[in-house]
Formats: sequence, C-alpha cells, structure tokens
Amino acid sequence: MKASNGEALQSAGTDSNVNTGSSFYSSSIRAVRTSVGWRLIPVFIATLVLIPVGTVVSSLFAPAGDVWQHLVETTLAELVANTFWLALGVSLGTALLGVSLAWFTAVCDFPGRGFFSWALLLPLAIPAYVIAFVALGLFDYVGPVQTALRAWLQSDLAWFPNVRGRLGVIVVMILAFYPYVYLLARNAFLTQGKRTLEAAQSLGFDRTHGFVKLSLPMARPWIAGGVMLALMETLADFGTVAVFNYDTFTTAIYKAWFGMFSLSAASQLASVLIVIVFVVIIVEQRMRSGMRYAESRQSARIDRIPLSGWRAWSIAALASGTLFLAFILPVSQLSIWAAGVFASDFDQRYLEFLWHSLLLSAVAAALTCGVALLMVYAARRHPDRITGAAVRISTIGYALPGAVLAVGIFIPVAWLDNQLSEMALRLFDFHSGLILQGTLLTMLIAYLTRFLAVSYNPIDSAMHRITPSIDEAVRGFGLTGWAALRRVHLPILKGGIFTAASLVFVDVMKEMPITLMTRPFGWDTLAVRIFEMTSEGEWEQAALPAVTLVLAGLLPIIFLMRQAEK
Amino acid sequence: MNTLLELKNIRHAYGQQTVVEDLSLTLRKGTIGCLLGPSGCGKTTVLRSIAGFEPISAGEIWLNGVVISSPSFCLPPEQRHIGMVFQDYALFPHLTVRGNVGFGLHRVGKAERAQRITDMLQTVGLTHDAEKYPHQLSGGQQQRVALARALAPRPDLLLLDEPFSNLDVTLRARLSLEVRDILKNQNATAILVTHDQEEAFAIADEIGVMHQGQIQQWDTAYNLYHKPANRFVADFIGEGVFVPGKILGPNQVEIELGVLQGEVAHRCGPECQLCRSGGSVDVLIRPDDIVHDDASPVRAVVMQKAFRGADILYTLRLPGGSTALSLVPSHHNHPIGEKIGIRLEADHVVAFSRQV
Repeated sequence: MKASNGEALQSAGTDSNVNTGSSFYSSSIRAVRTSVGWRLIPVFIATLVLIPVGTVVSSLFAPAGDVWQHLVETTLAELVANTFWLALGVSLGTALLGVSLAWFTAVCDFPGRGFFSWALLLPLAIPAYVIAFVALGLFDYVGPVQTALRAWLQSDLAWFPNVRGRLGVIVVMILAFYPYVYLLARNAFLTQGKRTLEAAQSLGFDRTHGFVKLSLPMARPWIAGGVMLALMETLADFGTVAVFNYDTFTTAIYKAWFGMFSLSAASQLASVLIVIVFVVIIVEQRMRSGMRYAESRQSARIDRIPLSGWRAWSIAALASGTLFLAFILPVSQLSIWAAGVFASDFDQRYLEFLWHSLLLSAVAAALTCGVALLMVYAARRHPDRITGAAVRISTIGYALPGAVLAVGIFIPVAWLDNQLSEMALRLFDFHSGLILQGTLLTMLIAYLTRFLAVSYNPIDSAMHRITPSIDEAVRGFGLTGWAALRRVHLPILKGGIFTAASLVFVDVMKEMPITLMTRPFGWDTLAVRIFEMTSEGEWEQAALPAVTLVLAGLLPIIFLMRQAEK
Repeated sequence: MNTLLELKNIRHAYGQQTVVEDLSLTLRKGTIGCLLGPSGCGKTTVLRSIAGFEPISAGEIWLNGVVISSPSFCLPPEQRHIGMVFQDYALFPHLTVRGNVGFGLHRVGKAERAQRITDMLQTVGLTHDAEKYPHQLSGGQQQRVALARALAPRPDLLLLDEPFSNLDVTLRARLSLEVRDILKNQNATAILVTHDQEEAFAIADEIGVMHQGQIQQWDTAYNLYHKPANRFVADFIGEGVFVPGKILGPNQVEIELGVLQGEVAHRCGPECQLCRSGGSVDVLIRPDDIVHDDASPVRAVVMQKAFRGADILYTLRLPGGSTALSLVPSHHNHPIGEKIGIRLEADHVVAFSRQV
C-alpha cells in the first residue's frame, strides 16, 4: 500500500510538477485519476478500431444467406483469381520498377538524375483511379490513340492489347504505386552509400556482384516494406478496379450492398478480404522488424557511379518513360479535358462537390490529428504494455480497405440506431427515425479508423525529438503545464502536426469507397462525382474534379520531396 | 629490396582542384606505413587512389612489381587484392560477425573458409560474438570485425582509413597497440591514414607527414620528432616553440638561454641563413629541452600551466620576451606569475632560416 502510494506520488511529480506538499493523499489520488484518463484514451480508440474488424470477422462464421450462396457459386472463384493475379502483378512490377529507379537515382549518375530523383515521386499526387480513367479514355478502342492508329495504318488493330483486361489494371496500378517502393528503396540505398559497394570491392567483388550480394540484401527490409505498402493499396483499391470493371473484393462488396441490397453478403465478402489483408500485415510487421537491425548511417559524401553511353541514355529513357506515363500524360490529358468542359462544368454543383470535399477533409484532418496527439501523449506518459498494444491496434486501420471499414462500421451503427429509436419509441413514444445512419458522424469515425496511422506517425516522430532532458530543462526554467506545452512542445511538434494534417487532408479527399458507401444521401464529393461519371464512361466530366484532386495531392508530395532531397 | 608498394609522382585532382601533387612513396613488405596530416591534406585521397577508388591524373602506382594505376589505366579495386578498413567500418548490418568476416572469402573452399573465419575471430578476440550482429557490438568490437573482415582474404596490402576516429581516447590508445600486434602477427603490410600523431606513433614503422597534397617527410617517428625536415613537420609533430637564435659557427647556435651544440641539419638554398656565421635562425625548443632548476640564474615567468598528471606543461616568458614551453614533474607546482629558474638541456639542434 505504502509502496504503491509512493509510486503514485512519483508519477504525480512527473505529471503535473505541482508539488505544493499540501496533502500526500489528495495529490496521489489526483495522479491516479489523470493516469487512468491517459490510459483510457488509447484503449477507447483501439476499441473503436476493433469494432468494425470484429463485426466483419464475425460474419465469417455467420450462416450463409441466399445472396452469399449465389456469390459463392457464381463469382467467388473469379474474385479470388482476379485479386491474386492483381496482387502478384503489382507486387512484382512495383518492386522491379521501384528498385531499379531507386538504384539508378541514388547510386549512379546519368543525364537528368537530379531532376528525376524528385520528379519520380510526382505520381503519388494522382489517385490510381484517375490514372485509370485517363488510360482508358486514351487507349480504349474508341479512344484517340487507337482511332488515330486505325486511320493511319488502315488496319483494325487486332494486335492492340485489350486495355480493359487484367494487364491494363496491373500496369495502371504499377504506375500509381511504384513510388512507394521507389521512395523506401532509394532511402535505403542512399543511407548505405557508396561505401558499402566499396567495401564489397575491397573484398574482391565487382560492382554488379556487390549490388546483388550486398546492396540488394541490405535494402531488402525497405524494398519489402515498399512492396507491402503497394500491395495493401492494391487490395484496398476500389476506384481503379471499378473504372476497369475488373471485379475484386472491394467492388463486389459494393455491388452486394448497393446492387443486391445484402449487407450480410457484403460483410461476408469483406471478411474474406480482411483475412487476406491480415496475412499481408503479419508479413509486413516481420519485414519491419528487420529494418531495426539494418541501422542506417548517412555516409558523409555520396559520390555516384557515373554512367555514360547507351547505359546512361537507356536509364534516362526508363525514368522519363515512367514519369511520362505515370504523371505527364495523365495530367496533360486531364487538363485538356478539364479545359474543354470548364465553361459548362464549373458551376454551382461543382462548387458544392468541392465544398463537401474540403469540409470533410478539414474536419477529418483536425479529428485524426487531435486523436493522434492524445495517443502520442498517452504513449509518452505511460509507455507500458497495454498502452503500447492499444496504440498498435489503433494504427492498424491503415491496412483495412475502405470498403471493409464501411461495412464494418455501418453494421454496428445501424444496430445502435435501431436500439436508440426503439428506446425513444418505448420511453418517450417518439418516432426518432434514424439518428446516426447516413450522418457525417459515421463517415468521420470510418476516416478516423482508416487514417489515424497516417497522422500518428509524423506526430510521433516529432515527439521523439522532445527528449526527456528537454522536458527537464524546461522544468528547470520554471515552465510547467500549458506554458511548457505552448512554448516548447507545440513549436517542436508543429511541423509534425502540419505534415500529419496535410497527409490526412489529401487522403480523405481522394478516398472513394468509405465516402461512397457511408455518405448522407445526395451528399456528393469530388471523389464520388468521379466515380459516378467514370462508371458511365464520361471521362471528360470526371476531369475537373480529378484535376482538383491532383492539385491538392501535390501538396504533401512537395513535403516528401523536400525530405527526399535532403 | 622487397618493395611491395610504390607510388611514383602521383597527382590527383577533383576537377580543377589539385588534391595530391607529385607524391611518391615506397613501402617494403611487412612494414606498417602511415600518412599523417591535418584534415584536408589529401591523405585519404592517396589511400583511395591506392585502393583504386580514385583515378590518378599523373604518375604510377606499382604493387608487387605491376602497375595498378596510371593516368590511362586503373585496375578495378576488386582485382587489386588490397584490403580496406573504412573510417565508418562499413560493416554489413544484415550479416552476423561471422558473415561479415567470411564475406570476402568467396574464392576458397567451404572448410578452408570456416577455418579462416575461426582463426580471424580468434585473432581479434571475438570468438564468442561470432553470431552477433554489428549493432549488438561496441565500437571497439565493430572496429575489430572490420579489421578481421579486411584481413581474412589475406590481402597483399591493407589500407586503414582513420580507423580509430570513432572511438574514445582511452580505447583508441589501447586498440592501436592491439592492431599493431595483430598486423605484425599476420605479417601484413599496411598503410594507415590518420590525423592523430599518437595513433601514428603507436602503430606505424614509417610515417609520412602530409601537407597540401605532398609528403613533407617520410621517416620514423623518432626522426620526425627529433629531426624534422622542415618547419611544417617541426610544428605539426609534438609540441615546441621557435625562439630566435644566431649561428655562431659550424654546429653552434646561440639562443637567449645559452649556446646549443649539435649538427645543424639543413639543405642550403637561396637566402639560407644556416650555413654562415651570424645567420639569423629560428630554433625549435621542445618542452623537454628546458629543465626546471631552482639553482639556475635564468628566471622565466609562468604564464600558463596545464596539469597533465605526472607533469605540468608550463608556458614561460623568457627574460628577453620570447615564449617557451617546459615540461616539469608535477610536484613542482608554481602559480601563474611566479618566476622560476630554468636551464637549457638539449643535445641536438633543430633550426631553420629566420622567416622575414
């Protein structure tokens, strides 16, 4: 008893630093109370994340309904096959493209290297579904490219690959997601530096062998991390496959829910997808632990291997080809389309989409950053096992596909709504109707779950810069509580919070499945508009909202590039 | 005889900036050489040129009687059979100690490889850490892994680039003696690059003092200290101050504190003051050349003092106004401002023409 009080007092001392010495017991009780409060926050958020996961997973064991039976008989095999080939193709493609571009820009020198090393990140600004509909608009049978070729060659172009097929989706996703691998692998190669290659050479390996035997294995955790990110984006993707009409689990969930009106079948489909995602998460976590061992030490000077002749030019061609297809071509085509429809499309309705998007993104960014800040402080004050586990669970939402979350959150909300209206009817004889369903609240909870990790990580790493000794120094100057927070913590955290907010802002703006499935009726955003127009093949009509998204998307990319160039 | 490495008038430039100019050196088999100099003197560039990481723009580098570098030819580093210990060790973080040490042994059989790794680990005293990863080792241990890794393939020549700069001072002193033992034990030929003269003295048989891309003097530690070839070497190696003096005759120099006897080593040139009586010269006085003696009539004022444990290094103002250093046993503790008796006790003379 005595010992526990002593501990409580000690934590009171570190927590509030108000040691008036008035009453031993009151201060220790207060300390216990605040400490419980800080511990509850992460646990509460973790529960919020676990509810949709639990809802969806439990439907794995739910009795098969008619619709589910129908799906199993007709489309399930195709869904699995489609998802498998897509995942395989995108993983291999992003790995190959991302690693080679990373290697050449980090370690070698070729014409335009400085430009490409940041420009190759630009495709991150474009949502995959935008690249997808531009690609279809350009290269489909009725698109300008094939039409022009037919006219020129006087042929029916039977040899032209079917853009709408599996290969088309895979190529589009590789172009959209390779920057994840590129960014991480480049980082790994840069920190290894040329020194690693020199060490290999001094031990009798030539450069090629040094790359294969050393640089590549050393960068493996980063490469794998990048590929895993690309893979998760692929599994979570809804917009791209919807544009291509290439059915995967995410589109099947949407169709089951809004086409066949079977929420249970949608949930069962989501449960299969979530199992696949969990496998990926487990693999990813193991890869991440490998990154700890591979300590990175920036070598003082990176002198690059100069390439010349056909090598230099073929690498410059690879880089510029990638940049052209993944960024320049889509942006140019979008601009042309947008300019064409600007006069008719830039109207009250467009401004309404824009307003909805901005409002939603801003509120979601503020909410996730606020919660992330609370979590970061909770983890700092109580770095114990429960808090640690709660933080890990809370930040796993980034791996959950939006379509899965939409279902997983909608079902409990609907249940709660029914309970509430029943209670209102019974207690007050009042027909409350649906209170929560179709409100922004449902959407915001879904966004919070999905994007908490996006805001948590930058704020957490900013917090790591506030070392315990900084806190002690601040206290030494007599600053405590709010004053310390305002004058020391906030200025240090400011950058991290800003990064977090802008990342979430853009992510929410681009987000499609959650918005589509849980929005209040008729409450359309830019992303929803793009979905509706592209599902009818109206590429031009989708261009103006898409350009808006790309412009917003450039914002965090600029921060990223600044970091990458350092 | 037995020359392993020879650099003949090499030159290296980064773009317009010449880093190494007309530099030559020879190293016999089994010798440990050292390039010693302040940072930016070009010593690391010389090392990297020998390793083959930097091309040279003039001169030749010979190893085992074969040209390995010339302006028109540069044997790839991996074919030189030269080992290298990097300043930051460049250990492979994804491999264990065993994996690191065995990395260069890719041309030998499995059994021989295992044997060599075991031998090397024993040599550097890391037998029990073979399965650890680099990040689990202390700085000194990482250093030993880097050494073992470089020595494992039995290179003809080992290059060490500031190998102790990441270690703290006490560890540095201990490890440098240890490394010398290991290198001698393996009968290795090595070149070390450092800016720390104590490190150089502890490890190397022969030391080249470098300045502005050239070797100022290639000699033993003793000669660098006692017979510096020029003012830069005299200044850079050890402690000491120049006091004005006058040549009295062959092997006789007079300074304020008395007359020094000894051969005045010099190379005559224009404006040489050393070879004629009455020439104005600067004489190098080391702290051990001035002895504290209460009985001495010569008194000097204590201006600064640095306690060094066994000794105190006093900075003194001589009656004539010039400054000198004196190393005095530390029980002779005098306050700043006190006048103490000193006596000149030098058995050789280091003098240079007076700089105008």
